[in-house]
Amino acid sequence: MTNQEALYIYLLRLGDNALINGHRLAEWCSRGPFLEEDLAMTNIALDNIGRSQAFLKYAAAIDGKGKTEDDLAYKRGEREFYNHLITELPIGDFAYTVAKQLIMSCFDVLVFTDLSNSKDETIAGIAAKALKESRYHFVHARDWSYRLGKGTEESHRRYQNAIQDLWMYTGELFEMNEVENILLQEGISNNLQEVRSNWINLIMPILQDSSIRIPTVDYMQTGSCKGIHSEHLGHILSDMQYLQRAYPDAKW
Amino acid sequence: MNTTLDIHSFQEKLDKDYNIEPKDVMPDDYRKHLIRQISQHAHSEVIGMQPEGNWISRAPSLRAKQILLAKIQDEGGHGLYLYSACETLGISRDELIEQLHEGKAKYSNIFNYPSLTWADIGAIGWLVDGAAIVNQVSLQRTSFGPYARAMVRICKEESFHQRQGYEIMATMMNGTKEQREMAQDAMNRWWWPSLMMFGPHDSDSPHSGKAFEWKIKLKSNDELRQKFIDKTVQQAEVIGLTIPDAQLKWNEDKQGYDHGEINWDEFKRVINGNGPCNKQRMDHHKKYHAEGAWVREAAAAYAETISKI
Repeated sequence: MTNQEALYIYLLRLGDNALINGHRLAEWCSRGPFLEEDLAMTNIALDNIGRSQAFLKYAAAIDGKGKTEDDLAYKRGEREFYNHLITELPIGDFAYTVAKQLIMSCFDVLVFTDLSNSKDETIAGIAAKALKESRYHFVHARDWSYRLGKGTEESHRRYQNAIQDLWMYTGELFEMNEVENILLQEGISNNLQEVRSNWINLIMPILQDSSIRIPTVDYMQTGSCKGIHSEHLGHILSDMQYLQRAYPDAKW
Repeated sequence: MNTTLDIHSFQEKLDKDYNIEPKDVMPDDYRKHLIRQISQHAHSEVIGMQPEGNWISRAPSLRAKQILLAKIQDEGGHGLYLYSACETLGISRDELIEQLHEGKAKYSNIFNYPSLTWADIGAIGWLVDGAAIVNQVSLQRTSFGPYARAMVRICKEESFHQRQGYEIMATMMNGTKEQREMAQDAMNRWWWPSLMMFGPHDSDSPHSGKAFEWKIKLKSNDELRQKFIDKTVQQAEVIGLTIPDAQLKWNEDKQGYDHGEINWDEFKRVINGNGPCNKQRMDHHKKYHAEGAWVREAAAAYAETISKI
């Protein structure tokens, strides 16, 4: 794998994570528990879609085949997507989304902190903006973690279950493969093993302060770095890509 | 308290075109009228999120998706200002939502129509927001202060939405044959319901009398509708869309368009609950409101605990 190929895949992963997470969060539109939260969720979705556009645009430029960010979002198949599995899981109930968001926003804050110092100036620029946004997403998820964990018996039960169910999707976030190793040496990406220990230090106290038991799991899901996904992604794409696929000659 | 004197000063304020503010004494019927109108407006913003939300996941480009998401957020935000404006009249948001669910409060009839294709997102922005702006611009000078101020901000955002909707239509009219057909089809389906948004003809408008006296309403339904038609016909022509009204004709004397008769039977039928999406929209709102109950309870319980620490 050349450095350029590694960079392309890496940018797809950053872009796809934001795109698919944003797609799922936008499903809260008109479905929030109250209007303010409806807006908060779709606002976080909007930040994510904006971020995905920036990363995919850069990916298209690195690829150098005259594609656009929309070609990459709308014309790749499910085996060519690299988003983490956790982002494509259904939104579930509000507790499930909060748990997803806590896991992902802790991860995003740490990753974008590192990437804002990337030797690749374009990545550093996008990451600096993403970091500012992710800090808000983190605060939002953290505060809801406290509310749900310590709110009522029902909210605690739902939130505990969500954290339990999602935990097996967290291992994948910190996998280092050929792409990451090449780019780490170049000073472009970061060391995900270090991110892992920082992530644990960040999320554990929040879960403890939310009276949530830390799950123990004997298996971690994996696959997205090879483009192997859950069954959910295909449905997301058939929905998201519908117009571009049905009318390939049309410009929107 | 000398109510007569207070009403007199209420009247004096109206006469001098001063805003009525929440703490001012006001006639009960003025208060009731405003609660009805502002809450209907707030509910419309919120229910309107459904037909537009229907296309977020399928928006055909990342740019279009962001514009649509931001627009729907604006609408939700308008809902928030308007609920707040309404709360200054002494009613809570919970009560307003209850009235909506019980069918005592209405929302704009237009959202009882379905958004079937991507062109509908263009048509909603251009025609529905376009019609709403005409009404809201005149409400910027309405007599109740919080409502008037909410309108100033809302109008700024709605004019963006209208341009963005028009851009979708223009792009599609400039596109493939299928896109042009989609755009014209959306025009055909949304034109008449958009005209109905202004309400019945002046001769048949039950709430207008007092609303004029109280300076809540400053222009009549027919005046506003005429304004909308006159500005929209030309916009349609520029991008090659046909207005689905064979009787539409420029009238030199009145310097405006004459239009065909609106189907008031359809208007009444939809307002009374028998439109394509009335049940769907209300069921959706009730379902997610009920599903969110445990979240609201958790937030309240946590706030209570924290306040004791």
